[in-house]
Amino acid sequence: MANDSTTAAAPARRAARPSRNRQRLTSLAGFLITLAVTFLGLLAITFFIGRIVPIDPVLAVVGDRAPVAVYERVRQEMGLDQPLITQFVSYVGDVATGNFGTSVSTGKPVIEDLARVFPATLEMATLGIILGVLIGVPLGVFAAARRGSWLDQGIRVIGLLGYSVPAFWLGLVGLAIFYARLNWVGGPGRVDIFYDGMVSPVTGLILVDSIIAGEWEIFRNAVWHLILPASCLGFFSLAYIARMTRSFMLDQLSQEYVTTARVKGVPERLVIWRHAFRPIRVPLITVIGLSYAGLLEGSVMIETIFSWPGIGNYLTVALLNADMAAVLGSTLVIGAVFIGINKISDVLYRVLDPRAR
Amino acid sequence: MTTFRDWLIDDSPASPMQARLGRFYRIFGALMRNPLAVVGAVIILVLVLTALFAPWLATHDPLRQSLGERLLPPSVAHWMGTDELGRDIWSRVVYGSRITLAIVTLVAVLAAPAGLVIGVAAGYFGGWVDRILMGITDIFLSLPKLILALAFVAALGPGIENAIIAIAITSWPGYARVARAETLTFKNSEFISAVRLLGASSLRVNLGHVLPLCTSSMIVRVTLDMAGIILTAAGLGFIGLGAQPPLPEWGAMISRGRSFILDQWWVATMPGFAIILVSLGFCFLGDGLRDVLDPKSGEQR
Repeated sequence: MANDSTTAAAPARRAARPSRNRQRLTSLAGFLITLAVTFLGLLAITFFIGRIVPIDPVLAVVGDRAPVAVYERVRQEMGLDQPLITQFVSYVGDVATGNFGTSVSTGKPVIEDLARVFPATLEMATLGIILGVLIGVPLGVFAAARRGSWLDQGIRVIGLLGYSVPAFWLGLVGLAIFYARLNWVGGPGRVDIFYDGMVSPVTGLILVDSIIAGEWEIFRNAVWHLILPASCLGFFSLAYIARMTRSFMLDQLSQEYVTTARVKGVPERLVIWRHAFRPIRVPLITVIGLSYAGLLEGSVMIETIFSWPGIGNYLTVALLNADMAAVLGSTLVIGAVFIGINKISDVLYRVLDPRAR
Repeated sequence: MTTFRDWLIDDSPASPMQARLGRFYRIFGALMRNPLAVVGAVIILVLVLTALFAPWLATHDPLRQSLGERLLPPSVAHWMGTDELGRDIWSRVVYGSRITLAIVTLVAVLAAPAGLVIGVAAGYFGGWVDRILMGITDIFLSLPKLILALAFVAALGPGIENAIIAIAITSWPGYARVARAETLTFKNSEFISAVRLLGASSLRVNLGHVLPLCTSSMIVRVTLDMAGIILTAAGLGFIGLGAQPPLPEWGAMISRGRSFILDQWWVATMPGFAIILVSLGFCFLGDGLRDVLDPKSGEQR
């Protein structure tokens, strides 16, 4: 479509290309710098938290009856006699090489623990966001199309409930109703206890692993267990996504080109889905990205309720045992993923929206 | 009786006080025309009254255990049933309103002024001050709030005071952003230049003229944030890092009821309804306030 205009504009565009490339390069450099500064900031915060812990890290190693000489030696070995800035630099180096310290509660390197538990969280959050998008986007569009109707009011209340219902409470009530009373879904855990450890972890995602192993029984059981926690998470993302979709759609529906389409006699269904919905797909990507990052955070509470062996559960257990290496490691990983998803959706927005280029 | 109202809505007020009261009256009137905002305001009012009159509203001592009356279902004697130590859940929910109110008030008192000062300073002075302050703000904003609060509480040690500090540390950046944006819109306006020409110091310009103009959008933002603060505080209490037993904090109560959810559902569900009601109240009120005080910010938060 519109072939003639492209050919006519080609020479002009070619002339503009070098400066645009340079522009792109500087904006890429700027982006990388912000990203690096944000990660450094995250590291600074976890480093600071690690310093304000009232537990003396040296005493934790040598025990409180060690002689002063031993205490001093260990203190120097741990680098704690160095100035704070030197300590911070070596901390950044440690993290960059994957050395997050050793967890007191599991006795293993934190990085190994995190690699083991992260896929479980990823699996739950991904199913949650899929549910949230599949239900939330149509709900938001319908609410905008029938503005002021009962449907719209209901969706508005759902949107606000997403901000007011505690995730752990929703999980508990869900378990009590759908698992204990109705027995529609599986209980806590990723699979029933006798299926536990029967598929060898390849990806760590049990749905994928069971398909690889050809264990359809386990696959069905895993879905049965996953559906309730993922729906709880999905509720929060659908509340947010529906709310944002509605407001984007209302913006579009009040534009003049929509009125023009209606006047031309385009059926309302096409006006909504073809004309008004298309331009909001780009901002929706940002919203979905934000919501996905939020779900990784929200899964902390949900995992506690469902004994889900993911990063949230790992974090809460570490919190209760004052296992600071594990706490800070989990905080770093969740924070880094959070920042990463946010920045990626930012970049996607700029790439996809011609006006933001 | 119309004279007082006429005095309030007078277009050319004779004194600053009259202007202020008139503005307040108009905002109040606009708010009262929004049904959801009225519902929200009523819920918050009920929360405040409940907290004030807790000893009269509670039917039992919230801390007194009576092991003979463990896990009783809701009845005339115990409106919301009893928990695993025979304590009356209704009375505990009533007293819990004091804790919730204290948490949200303290977080607002700690975080909002801090954010306001940082944001106004960044916006007013610009340049390097702006870059450094907003750099720090953006780093905090790009991190997950709940996780950060959890890590801070883990370092400071469990307890309600530390939970409040941790939540305040994670909430100020949003306020700094709002305050900076507001300051930038006023900074170059004529009345600020006029004050500066009169020889006012930058401290005086900011405290006397810029800060007050930021308050309305701050009030909106704080009200909208309340639900999130309540949920975070309840979450910390639920994990066991917030309010410690025997304090009747709603999140901690849900955590105690977790073991009984399958048979004695009321122990965990009742405090949850209180949390939802109060959070919804703040959401409704915040939405209404935003429509009245800050219509340009629209639906997005």
